[in-house]
Amino acid sequence: MNIPIYLDNNATTPMDPRVLEAMIPYFTQKFGNAASRNHHFGWVAEEAVDYAREQVAKLIGASEKEIIFTSGATESDNLAIKGVFEMYKDKGNHIITAVTEHKAILDACKHVEKLGGKVTYLPVKEDGLVDLEVLEQSMTSETILVSIMYGNNEIGVIQPIKEIAAIAHKHGALFMTDATQAVGKIPVDVNADGIDLLALSAHKMYGPKGIGALYVRRKGPRVKVTAQMDGGGHERGMRSGTLNVPGIVGLGKACEIALQEMDAEALRLSSLRDKLESSLTVLEESYVNGNVNHRLPHVANISFKYVEGEGLMMAMKDLAVSSGSACTSASLEPSYVLKSLGLSDDLAHSSIRFGLGRFTTEEEVDYAIEVTKKAVTHLRELSPLWEMFKEGIDLDSIEWAEH
Amino acid sequence: MAYSDKVIDHYTNPRNVGTLDKSSHKVGTGLVGAPECGDVMRLQIEVDDNNIITDAKFKTFGCGSAIASSSLATEWLKGKTIDDAMAIDNMDIVEELALPPVKIHCSVLAEDAIKAAINDYRVKNGLAPIELEKSHH
Repeated sequence: MNIPIYLDNNATTPMDPRVLEAMIPYFTQKFGNAASRNHHFGWVAEEAVDYAREQVAKLIGASEKEIIFTSGATESDNLAIKGVFEMYKDKGNHIITAVTEHKAILDACKHVEKLGGKVTYLPVKEDGLVDLEVLEQSMTSETILVSIMYGNNEIGVIQPIKEIAAIAHKHGALFMTDATQAVGKIPVDVNADGIDLLALSAHKMYGPKGIGALYVRRKGPRVKVTAQMDGGGHERGMRSGTLNVPGIVGLGKACEIALQEMDAEALRLSSLRDKLESSLTVLEESYVNGNVNHRLPHVANISFKYVEGEGLMMAMKDLAVSSGSACTSASLEPSYVLKSLGLSDDLAHSSIRFGLGRFTTEEEVDYAIEVTKKAVTHLRELSPLWEMFKEGIDLDSIEWAEH
Repeated sequence: MAYSDKVIDHYTNPRNVGTLDKSSHKVGTGLVGAPECGDVMRLQIEVDDNNIITDAKFKTFGCGSAIASSSLATEWLKGKTIDDAMAIDNMDIVEELALPPVKIHCSVLAEDAIKAAINDYRVKNGLAPIELEKSHH
């Protein structure tokens, strides 16, 4: 077992050596530009890109013609939101999303608002799921797009995608999903789910950073997005720029491996996750955040009341995890995702996200359980709030000096 | 962001963790910060008849820098007179622990905790609290 232990697989994943192996020739020998139509080097690159496009499409049940390569999920999100807004502006100007979305969606929506668009940010229920009735009520004749993430990056909850897509379609709107955390981890099928646009990223599924894709439906309906970068008209005119061939090959290989291993891996990870969770929630005043029945297999988000997340992570220095604590963010605000579940600020400050992955072993999980238990116990001994709780003092009765 | 060795030292081996009898007239207690903000410090001093701080204890809910700042404060307080303790400035803590700008508020909180403890002691002993400048937050 190597220390420190990486349990932050929602932030990024290590690349699978099989992916690296597939990519290597495309840096040196097979370096051609996939758009060079008139010589061998170009053809070799183009062939590799075509093959990868099939690998990606297969993982999400799409056709290869529907895959647009981008630099990653942030770009895919931006292209989908801004591209749909521009393309369908004659049809309407209203977009619906949710408050727990990734910043790439939220900030792209804010941009759209500056351009005169209207955006509804749906609240979520206490378990992190979108309320379908609220969605239904928010649909208007101006609604062109509903964008709801597949699986949440902080708490791992899986939204009722099929039902959301059906509501969007019933009202004549397109349905987009940021599936960055879900693709490759759980079965995602664009046809079964009714998805019109889908963002995915390689580095969340053991592929390289800097490459991702946007799925854009071609049939029933044929969806188009306005390009957000001008240039050579690559990717059916939707995303210009010389293709990142090694990256694309890596994404393709990552998708192929994920498809082969997903079922077994999801079982293995959810059983490790359950072990981690059940061992840690025996600690008094610890709470699992988010819906526990509809969620990704590899994420556990737990609040340990009366200890602060960053302080806790420092005591868990052998573990690489992340926290919803304000101190870990640039903004000094605790996690907006946790707050939107209705969690009080102090519980949001006390949260730790454990993100397991393909290379996480049971031995590592056992070690993580021990380290975390010790750290929580140690910090509670240092915590005035824990002492007050133990003395039966109601912390809400104290007049805190907000600073 | 990496922590300084001194922060790690105080965090790993915090000095003077604990609780003094807050009902004693010799003890002053300062409780500052708020759970919603992610930091709460409780700092206590025990003062003898010569106005010398004979003991200091703390408990802190917060990040590593907040814990280190309060641990350091208790170390500095012991043996100081009340007047000398009043003169401890948050920037002394920043310097000693090499806190980065984003963690300066931890040192401010420690200074506030010291002053709050001293004032609690003063009020308990029939003295007027010292007027504090409300500048920090």
